[in-house]
Amino acid sequence: METLNFLLQGFAVALTPENLMFAAIGAILGTVIGALPGLGPANGVAILIPLAFSLGLPASSALILLTSVYAGAMYGGRISSILLNIPGDEPAMMTCLDGYPMALKGRAAEALAISAIASFIGSLLATVGLVILAPILAKFALRFGPAEYFALFTLAFATLGGITGKNQVKTVVAACLGLMIATVGVDITTGNQRYTYDILELYEGVDFIIAIVGLFAISELLFFIEMHAGEGFKKVSLNKLNLSMKDIIQVLPTCLRGSVLGFIAGVLPGAGASLGSFLSYTMEKKIVGKSGYFGEGDPRGVAAPEAGNNAAANGALVPMLTLGVPGSGTTAVLLAMLISLNIQPGPMLFTQNAELVWGVIAALFVGNLILLLLNIPMIGIFVKLLSIPPKYLMPVVTLVASVGIFAISNSPLDLYFMIGFGLLGYLLRKLHIPLVPVILGMLLGPEMEKSLRHALTISDGDWTILWSSGLSVGIWAVAIAGLVLPYLIGPVLRRRMAAAQDKDHSIVD
Amino acid sequence: MKFPVAKTLIATATLTLAAQASAFEQSRTAECIAPANPGGGWDFTCRSVGKVLTDLGYISGNVQTVNMPGAGGGVAFAHTISKRGDDSALIVAASTATTTRLAQGQFVGMDQDMVRWVGALGADYGVIAVSKDSPYQTLTALMDALKADPVSVKFGGGSAAGGWDHLKVLIAGRSAGIEKANLPKVKYLAFNGGAEAITQVVGGHLDAFTGDISEAQGFMESGDLKVLAVLSEERLPAPLDGIPTAREQNIDAVAPNWRGFYVPKGVSDEAYQWWVDTVDNVYSSDNWQDVMQKNGLMPFHKTGAEFSTFVKGQVESIKEISTEIGLIK
Repeated sequence: METLNFLLQGFAVALTPENLMFAAIGAILGTVIGALPGLGPANGVAILIPLAFSLGLPASSALILLTSVYAGAMYGGRISSILLNIPGDEPAMMTCLDGYPMALKGRAAEALAISAIASFIGSLLATVGLVILAPILAKFALRFGPAEYFALFTLAFATLGGITGKNQVKTVVAACLGLMIATVGVDITTGNQRYTYDILELYEGVDFIIAIVGLFAISELLFFIEMHAGEGFKKVSLNKLNLSMKDIIQVLPTCLRGSVLGFIAGVLPGAGASLGSFLSYTMEKKIVGKSGYFGEGDPRGVAAPEAGNNAAANGALVPMLTLGVPGSGTTAVLLAMLISLNIQPGPMLFTQNAELVWGVIAALFVGNLILLLLNIPMIGIFVKLLSIPPKYLMPVVTLVASVGIFAISNSPLDLYFMIGFGLLGYLLRKLHIPLVPVILGMLLGPEMEKSLRHALTISDGDWTILWSSGLSVGIWAVAIAGLVLPYLIGPVLRRRMAAAQDKDHSIVD
Repeated sequence: MKFPVAKTLIATATLTLAAQASAFEQSRTAECIAPANPGGGWDFTCRSVGKVLTDLGYISGNVQTVNMPGAGGGVAFAHTISKRGDDSALIVAASTATTTRLAQGQFVGMDQDMVRWVGALGADYGVIAVSKDSPYQTLTALMDALKADPVSVKFGGGSAAGGWDHLKVLIAGRSAGIEKANLPKVKYLAFNGGAEAITQVVGGHLDAFTGDISEAQGFMESGDLKVLAVLSEERLPAPLDGIPTAREQNIDAVAPNWRGFYVPKGVSDEAYQWWVDTVDNVYSSDNWQDVMQKNGLMPFHKTGAEFSTFVKGQVESIKEISTEIGLIK
């Protein structure tokens, strides 16, 4: 009952005209960002963070704007998957398998509509799951002492690579890089300066928002320049929508199954939306069996991964909000946003910032509804946006990012840093070193260090404090599983995902 | 970025301005630098004072808040000295965190005489608190335990080691008669914010919390936290008047975290006096009293010469205690 009350209060926050407007703007921007190939949800949120800051928005509005962008990007990802066979973001990959064949058969509008409905159901159910699960997890709040936090952060790093991650070594390299950058600035345990060389701007460390924008957005720009991908994609045509209630009912069970599976995948640290959509798709294929025509434009093949990936995206908010451990790249970016707003995610968030959290959760409900309403009638507009050549788009993105960064601190040094990080991001991507662990290293590194030192201060230097409670032992066990499982299950899963994709290409060719 | 003038406010402006006989004429718009990211205390000081300044018509145009984070206010301090030396339409938000860093030489090569201190418009007083079932139920009992064994009580607070929250413990400890040599041994764990530290105290992972009353209030009302003492001269106004002061418990420790402003050194005496008078008027206005009420700010009002002397005194005493405990050499 208490939860319901909080949720109603949350709606009171989310339904103010101002916040409603931000949710709508976020939903539209998010859909566009998700739809444009290359500019995934993590990038989109990263670019908009400085903007939200420089507009001087209150914390709740800024968060509502960005979570709507996040939800919108998950919706948008499917548009280019279906129309162009190019996933707008990684989780939308599975949507290509049946979405594009449907488009080829002249049923693009139906594919888009079905995926919009599936996305809606997925997000909606996952948000319900979030409402139920988050307060239960948050109840553990007071049991988290420094030792438990240290175990928790180790867990976050252990599961960084993800179950499907290929190269754990490169993930570790990236995380270490982030940890190294995080040591710059004042050490709050002793008050000493580290690596600041008497430069005042460095005293508070390197701002991770600048790092995020540089690593994601600026490196993206550099890739565009390198690929000469200036001209954009060929114009895609869209048929008139012809969707009956029967079609919707046919995919409904698929949506429900996909949502549940996706949500579970999202909640588990390290799994994320890509796995959510993959699992939903393969399970659906098994359940439907021979009567389906998966890979040749079966609507259920569109509904399953879409429900799965949207549910996973919202599911990933559970560990992010309650434990401060992000389950995906985009939630890592949202985590950065929270920390910059002076909101410490973690077990206490639901007690200390109840109004804000529930406002955001309510905004997810509202945002989803807005997205569904937007996506069916306005699909034509989004399709037109796809044909904007990147040569016009990328400069605008860069401009927005730079103005935003400068407006936060009014310091030109931050712009140099942003460019520096852009070059670094370009280099790392060339070396196939993932960027998200760098950000996580920067975000979680100081917290992890602090927890360890606090734990040891409390125990007067006795290391056994780190596994002296049942809770911490449990977290350590999950962390070890997170490190070992990729070696056991990872190769199998990867092979299957690759096989599914190959099959798709054979159809297209 | 300039915003359009709110013309409706000018009517009230002329009334209030007439009362001011000063020859100095303030420019149409002003700027307030908040030396931190949006969302913190300094940002709040700038935005709320800025709003009252325009609402009451002291500034006919707009008071723009500019966030300039870095070095705990050091970047803004340096900016004011080097780039804005005579800008009379600029105020910069400051607090006890500013004087603490000045005292400890953290703003390399800069000191408090390089700017002019305008005034303070309220304060957040220091508190020392424990969880509700703590063995220490008075500040005296807590200090006695520390006197017997300086590592027996572990404190948590929202500032870095050597920062203001840490110093509060040491100021109280010194007044309570803990041996000088033992003061540096008192364990203090630094957290990112007061709330985070309180959670650890309430959860039983730490023994005591040191911070501001505003941070403790919510947890005190929920009954999880027991505030042993407030570090103010007198008891705070209701509903906080049930908390004893440290002085009542024979520990002479006062620790206000004031919120106020400084202006550049090079402004004319008339301009400085204009800001002093304006801060006085803002403080006594209903608008500001309302802001204080809503945000838990306690009465604290010093301006002009009195405030400058106070700042100097606070810097001196923080310098003294920081040297004593070996934070600065």
